[in-house]
Amino acid sequence: MYKSPDKLPLDHGLPESNEHMRTYRQHGVLPGFPLALGFTLLYLSLIVLVPLSATFLKSATLGWSGFFEAVTTPRVLASYKLTFGAALAAAAINAVMGLLVAWVLVRYEFPGRKLADALVDLPFALPTAVAGIALATLYSSKGWIGQFAAQAGFKIAFTPLGVTIALTFIGLPFVVRTVQPILEDLERELEEAAASLGATRWQTFLKVILPTISPALMTGFALAFARGVGEYGSVIFIAGNIPLVSEITPLLIITKLEQYDYAGATALAVSMLLVSFTLLLAINLLQWWTRNRRGSRV
Amino acid sequence: MVDPEPARLPRLNGTSTEAIAMSAQPLTFASHIHHVHHAARGEAPWVRWSLIAIALLFLALFLLMPLALVFVQAFAKGWETYVSALADPMALAAIELTLLVTLIAVPLNTVFGVAAAWAIAKFEFPGKNLLTTLIDLPFSVSPVVSGLIYVLLFGMQGWLGPWLHEHDIKLIFAVPGIVLATLFVTVPFVARELIPLMQAQGNDEEEAALVLGASGWQTFRHVTLPNIRWGLLYGVILCNARAMGEFGAVSVVSGHIRGATNTIPLHVEILYNEYNSAAAFAVASLLAMLALVTLALKSVLEWRLARQIDAAKDEE
Repeated sequence: MYKSPDKLPLDHGLPESNEHMRTYRQHGVLPGFPLALGFTLLYLSLIVLVPLSATFLKSATLGWSGFFEAVTTPRVLASYKLTFGAALAAAAINAVMGLLVAWVLVRYEFPGRKLADALVDLPFALPTAVAGIALATLYSSKGWIGQFAAQAGFKIAFTPLGVTIALTFIGLPFVVRTVQPILEDLERELEEAAASLGATRWQTFLKVILPTISPALMTGFALAFARGVGEYGSVIFIAGNIPLVSEITPLLIITKLEQYDYAGATALAVSMLLVSFTLLLAINLLQWWTRNRRGSRV
Repeated sequence: MVDPEPARLPRLNGTSTEAIAMSAQPLTFASHIHHVHHAARGEAPWVRWSLIAIALLFLALFLLMPLALVFVQAFAKGWETYVSALADPMALAAIELTLLVTLIAVPLNTVFGVAAAWAIAKFEFPGKNLLTTLIDLPFSVSPVVSGLIYVLLFGMQGWLGPWLHEHDIKLIFAVPGIVLATLFVTVPFVARELIPLMQAQGNDEEEAALVLGASGWQTFRHVTLPNIRWGLLYGVILCNARAMGEFGAVSVVSGHIRGATNTIPLHVEILYNEYNSAAAFAVASLLAMLALVTLALKSVLEWRLARQIDAAKDEE
C-alpha cells in the first residue's frame, strides 16, 4: 500500500542535526502522505460525509414550514421531553455515582479493585440489544429487582424511570473514564497543604479537589448525556414504547420509517443530528478547557 | 529514540472505547503507575469503607446483575433448550451473517485507521484538527440515524434508490446495507487508538530507517508496525466487538428478513419479542461472552501497552 518514495533522503544528503530533521518532517521526508491522506479523505467521504450531507439535503426539500411541522407534533414533543429528560437525569446520576466509583478505584486499595475497574467498561463491550433485554427482564414486575418495586406499588419497566435506568447503565463508563485520569493526576501536596492549614477533609474535597476535576466531570456528564440522547438498543425493551409516555425519539424515527413517512423520519433525524453536533462542539470546548487546566499545572 | 519531550500517551489502562475516542486526554504515564503506591490517606477508615461499599453496590446492581441475568436466563430451561436455540437454522444463519459483516467491516476500517493515523500523526497539514474531529463524528450520531442516512441515500425513496432499482441492485434491506451501516458506526475505533500512539512515538525511527536505505513499505512493515502492534490490536478488538454487536443502525437497514438479513442482535430481538425468552437469552449469551472476552483481552493489552511505554521511558 505504501509505495517506496521516489527519492530516498540519501539523495538529499544526510541530515546533520535535529534542526534539519524537523525541516525534513515539515517537508514530508516520510513517504506515503498523498496516498494515506487521499485514501482517508475518500473513505471518510464515502462512508460518513456524503450520506450525512445527503440527509441534510433531503430535509431541505421539506421546506422550512414542513420541517418545523414534522418536528413539533405533540407525539414528537413528548418524545423529546422523555429523551432529553431521561438522558439528563441519567447523566446527573452518573456524574455523582461515576465520580464516586472513579474516586474509590483511584484512591483506595481493596480486594477486587482490578475486577471492578474492568467491569466499568461492560456497557461499552456488551451489545446494546443484550443489555436491553437483560434490563427489561431485571426490572419487569416479576424480575429480580422489579418485583420489589411492584410490591412497593410502582412500576419501572415501561415508564420513564425504566428509560432513565437504561441510560444510567449505558452512560456510567463515560464519567468514570473521563474523571479517573484527572484524579490520578491530582497533586496530593495541595490536599496536604489544605489539611495542614486546618481544612477538614470535606472542605478540602469541596474547595481543592472538586474545582480541579470539575472540567473533566462536566465533560463526562456531557458525553454520557450525548450518548443517552441517541441511545436505542438498551432502551427500547425496558421502555415498552408507549406513544406520549415512554417512546424515545430514536424509536419514533424507526416508527415513521415503518409507516413510510420518510419526510417525517428525515426531519426528526436532522433535528437529532443538530443536537448531536451542538453537543459535540460543547464537549470539544470542555476538553480544550480540561487540557488547558492540566497544561497550566504541569 | 524517543521524542525529546517526555512520552505523553493516552491513558490506555482501563480507558474505554468511546471515552478515549471522544476525550483522548493525555497523561504522563509515571503518575499512573505510581498512584497505586500512594497510601490511601485523608479519609477516616469508616468513610473509606462506606464509599467502597456504596461504589461496589452500585456496580453490582447496575452492571453485574444484568450480565449475570443473561446467563441465568439462558440456562433457565436447561442445556437442551440452550443448545437447540443455538443450533436453530435461523440462529446459525444470523451467526453466519454477523461473521460475514464483521469480516468485511473490521479489515476495511483497520486499513482506514492505519492510513488516517499515518497521515495525521506523521505529517503536518492544514485542516488536521478538523479531519480528526470528522473521523470521530460517527460516535456522536445516534445509531438509528446512522442507519437512516443510508436508507435516505440508497432506499427506494432515497437519492439513488430509483437508479439502483432500475439496475436491479439492492443495497437496503440487504447485506450491503448492513455492511455499510456497520462500517459507519465502527469507522473511528482503530484510527482513534493509533493517532495518539503514533504521535507520541514520533518520526525518528522511520526517518532513521529511510536514511539507512529502507523503502517506504519496508519502513512501515519493520519499524512502524512492530511499534504500533498492541495499539492496533486494541483498536481492532474494540472495532470487532462493536461490529458484531451493533443493533440500532443495522436494525434500520436490515428489513429483518429471517435467515437472510438478520444478524445475531436482530435475531435476539425477534426471539425476545416472540416471548421466547430462553432462546433469546441463549443467543444473547453468545454476545455476552464476546463482551467478556473483549474486556479480558483489553485488560491484557493495556498491561502490554503499559509495559511498552515503560520500556520506552527506560531507554530514555
